Amino acid sequence: MAPRAIAFANARLVDPASGYDGPGALIASGGRIAEVRRGRGLADLSADIRQVDCAGAMLAPGLVDLRVKTGEPGAEPKETLKSAARAAAAGGVTSIVVQPDTDPAIDDPSVVDFILRRARDIELVHVYPAGAATKGLAGKAMAEIGLMREAGCVYVTDADRPIVDSKVMRRLLAYAAGLDLLVAHRPADPWLVDGAAATESEFAGRMGLPAAPAIAERIMLERDLALAELTGARLLVDQVSAAASLASLARARAAGVKVLATCSINHLSFNELDIGDYRTFWKLTPPLRAEDDRQALIEALLAGLVDIVVSAHAPAPAEDKRLPFEEAAPGSVGLETLLPALLALHHDRAAPLLDLMRAVTFAPAQAIGLKAGRLDVGAPADLVLCNLATPRIIDAEKLLSKSKNSAFDGRRLQGEVLMTLVDGRVVFETRPDALSNTQSPAHPGGPTG
Amino acid sequence: MTATAPASAQIPAGIFPFPQRHFLCVADLEPGDVAALLDLAETFVDLNRQRAKKLDLLKGRTLINLFFEASTRTQSSFELAGKRLGADVVNMSPRASSIAKGETLVDTAVTLNAMQPDILVVRHGASGAASLLSQKVSCSVVNAGDGQHEHPSQALLDALSLRRAFGRLEGLAVAICGDVLHSRVARSDVGLLTLMGARVRLVGPPTLMPVGVERWGVEVFHDLRAGIAGADVVMMLRLQLERMQGALVPSMREYFRLWGLDREKLALARPHVRVMHPGPMNRGVEIDSDVADDLAVSLIQDQVEMGVAARMAVLASMAARLDNA
Repeated sequence: MAPRAIAFANARLVDPASGYDGPGALIASGGRIAEVRRGRGLADLSADIRQVDCAGAMLAPGLVDLRVKTGEPGAEPKETLKSAARAAAAGGVTSIVVQPDTDPAIDDPSVVDFILRRARDIELVHVYPAGAATKGLAGKAMAEIGLMREAGCVYVTDADRPIVDSKVMRRLLAYAAGLDLLVAHRPADPWLVDGAAATESEFAGRMGLPAAPAIAERIMLERDLALAELTGARLLVDQVSAAASLASLARARAAGVKVLATCSINHLSFNELDIGDYRTFWKLTPPLRAEDDRQALIEALLAGLVDIVVSAHAPAPAEDKRLPFEEAAPGSVGLETLLPALLALHHDRAAPLLDLMRAVTFAPAQAIGLKAGRLDVGAPADLVLCNLATPRIIDAEKLLSKSKNSAFDGRRLQGEVLMTLVDGRVVFETRPDALSNTQSPAHPGGPTG
Repeated sequence: MTATAPASAQIPAGIFPFPQRHFLCVADLEPGDVAALLDLAETFVDLNRQRAKKLDLLKGRTLINLFFEASTRTQSSFELAGKRLGADVVNMSPRASSIAKGETLVDTAVTLNAMQPDILVVRHGASGAASLLSQKVSCSVVNAGDGQHEHPSQALLDALSLRRAFGRLEGLAVAICGDVLHSRVARSDVGLLTLMGARVRLVGPPTLMPVGVERWGVEVFHDLRAGIAGADVVMMLRLQLERMQGALVPSMREYFRLWGLDREKLALARPHVRVMHPGPMNRGVEIDSDVADDLAVSLIQDQVEMGVAARMAVLASMAARLDNA
């Protein structure tokens, strides 16, 4: 059943795909965007269309998050597909790509199919699986990436595990190139990072934390870029985090290597000093870096060298976090905080909204070939309505994820998601009363005041 | 004072209350706090040399030694310190029992906390473990060594040994030599000794030095001879033998040749130089027995003796805070 048509008036349309950031209105109908009116309001709509007065709030394509972990299948107490989907909807994220490091791993077409069926049943946001690049994520033998792609996986990756063997990586990239399938890889020299819980620095030294140098990322990145060049494959650099890696990335891109890079919202928002007194919510993979790295990442994002921002949503229950720092599980949940944390760069540094939003909408949608991520007639009506200015203090306990390990706990941010639509269906709404002015002014038969 | 006077007669009436609820790292202390703790410890040194060593400052209080890592001297030192002050002392080494059953550090501590101890002395192999516990329990926590982070009572006993040997800490040139990277003792000593005005040098191969160490307010040397030249104090750190597998140094014999302390190298220090070691020693690896056992230069036995007095000062001071609360 197609959802009821809905019209947004008085919005600030932000559409990175076309480069438009200005006043306008939008009508969604039949699950698709039916009309986009720039600069103009709405008039003469039929009464059965729900009308929303946006009062200047941002209406943008729903966010596309390429790196989300859930615990399903295998670790449901951490997070289920459903709880992750609810968190995504509340955060304005309309498409999520789940990582294959589940139990069993998503290294087989039947597991891809399982994820897609579960997502259809949940009926909240779009859920796309990333397939494992190698069987059992063991880094040895290639998984059935062609069959998984047919089943619906959008890219392949071994998630947090580096593919150490260069021959395996070379063959994977070459084979994937033939399928035009995107390969994601988190670059980290496995020997340098072995046992490390932090970035090598004066801070880590004083804290006595086992640490690895940030250069470990560049060492592996250089290999990956060289192999991508050799094979012509499309490479997605998973969560670049160190300033030292950026020059390598720029060089490869200038040389025509087909490389896209993501970075996590955490590395744009925090530096190693946020770890403070061994606070494990700030234990991440890759580990938090120096402030210089964070600044360089922001510059690279705004310059377009880093293409995509991900939440790196990684739920970990209290029992995995309430441990000494080096023993605690890494990761932070992030689906609900991705948008306001990104907006902090707009509020604090006057970064252009279009550039920021492109990295969480159009760019990731393009990377995996989705039609979403744009405010275009005929595109899926995946939308987020967000009041940019609303101040809020993040309370991890109130987040919808089953695990509450948010690095943004206690952080003051601005930006409140008012409504999220997926295929024209409202999947999240903050204050239905405030927004539902169902009474159209021209309604002839309405009650009189 | 006669031998028959009650031991407690020497102890000042109003004991300096500890500045914090927990004793986790030396960064929590001010110079005045350290001086007060050292003065208090001095009185316990004299007490410990008498036949009647027992006081009742911690009478009725319970102290739990929770040692996740094996320790002989630190654990017995805290145990004696607690008992001499009249506390009930329980030693726990949960390595074998509960850890094997999957109980976490916090679970163990919360369980013990429910038994209403007053002070929990904890040693654990992970940096920050004591700090984590202090956030989860209602009793006072004393850090007896957390990973590669800190061992603050060791720094206090080192300062006590040095102050007794030299009459001061200010201006002393102290060379801390060897495996600084993995040493919690080095981190605590650097913090406390520089706080008290000593000039600290760190000496060791680059593979055993933390990154950024040159910003710790110390001088860094990668040559033992240069590092101990003109030093008042040479402190040798234990080279943990398991580090050999990490290829941090090529061999024990090379290590001794380049980084081990013997008479010949020691002659480069000042004539009155004193040698320290937090123990346990690897004789013939980081220190020659000839030097370690020479009571004219070695403070190593003093360090052990001062350890009990320094820990009594910490515990008595914490009890004074608890009594005032």
